[in-house]
Amino acid sequence: MKYIDLHAHMVSRTTDDYEQMALTGCVALTEPAFWAGFDHLSPVVFADYFNRLTSFEPTRAAKYGIQHYCWLCLNPKEGEDRELARHVLDLIPQFLDRPNVLGIGEIGVNRVTRNEIATFIDHVDLALRYNQLIHIHTPHLEDKYKGTKVIVDTLVDNRRIEPGRVMVDHAEEHTIGMILDRGFWTGLTLYPQTKTSAARAVDMIEMYGSERLCVASACDWGPSLPPYRTLS
Amino acid sequence: MNRQDGTCPLTQQQLIDEYFMEVRAKMLDVAAFLDRMDRSVDRNAEDDFRMLTMRQALQVLCAHTPGRVYDIQMIFSDPTTEPLVQLDRKSALGAFDHHRGEVQP
Repeated sequence: MKYIDLHAHMVSRTTDDYEQMALTGCVALTEPAFWAGFDHLSPVVFADYFNRLTSFEPTRAAKYGIQHYCWLCLNPKEGEDRELARHVLDLIPQFLDRPNVLGIGEIGVNRVTRNEIATFIDHVDLALRYNQLIHIHTPHLEDKYKGTKVIVDTLVDNRRIEPGRVMVDHAEEHTIGMILDRGFWTGLTLYPQTKTSAARAVDMIEMYGSERLCVASACDWGPSLPPYRTLS
Repeated sequence: MNRQDGTCPLTQQQLIDEYFMEVRAKMLDVAAFLDRMDRSVDRNAEDDFRMLTMRQALQVLCAHTPGRVYDIQMIFSDPTTEPLVQLDRKSALGAFDHHRGEVQP
């Protein structure tokens, strides 16, 4: 079976993962901009990060026959810092024309603060200004329902948004309905401890169908694996 | 009729034959965790909000109505929509404290 992993943070994975993904049928992946696990001290480093996502990482993937695409943003984990957000948002347009850039993401909210929502809205405006696709992160665990509702309501209130150009990721049983009902794409994340197990993902596909629904790993530096092991 | 009735392509007998052992093991893990809590050297968190939500969730497991996963997800969730005034912490804890609500800094 050939597959595309629509959410993989490969900067935190080894070349062994690339090799295993290729051997198990992965032909392409998309890598959203991520939180490094710590807050950055300066917005300048984001130029390096975006450069890595648009040059070095696609080269690394290509060695294993995998096409690498990416999304650019300031990740919601740092969205509270409005000054940092302004600088990073200013940086992004110069990278949007690079051949592997799909759009703006993964944007959204983390703890659902006022500043995070403001930063999210700024990213949405940027995406609309440059006619970009949008990839959205929804919060973790107890914040999932609240964050997803705030995100979906914010998008629905914006008449310039075309739901078919937006993917609201990390859906679970209590949020998948509100995302699909509004016409957005959604994603199920095989990250068993904090998101969804493969078995629960199958249940949701059975219940909601496969239309506008993707499954991905969101593999990163946490206890997550690219789908080559999860799918088996 | 529930709109999701019949969406699972396996029969109940097939589901039991295929998944009973796996789910049985998970149930024993939950039981062992609760026993371990009781055996703790210092029973200093009997009313921890996470354990309160877990006890609520266990009651839902015994329900005879569908939608158990949704109901349990909502027990663990913050059901409000009011944004926090500012960031209090980076990480989620796994359960919302329904009695205390969110502490605004």
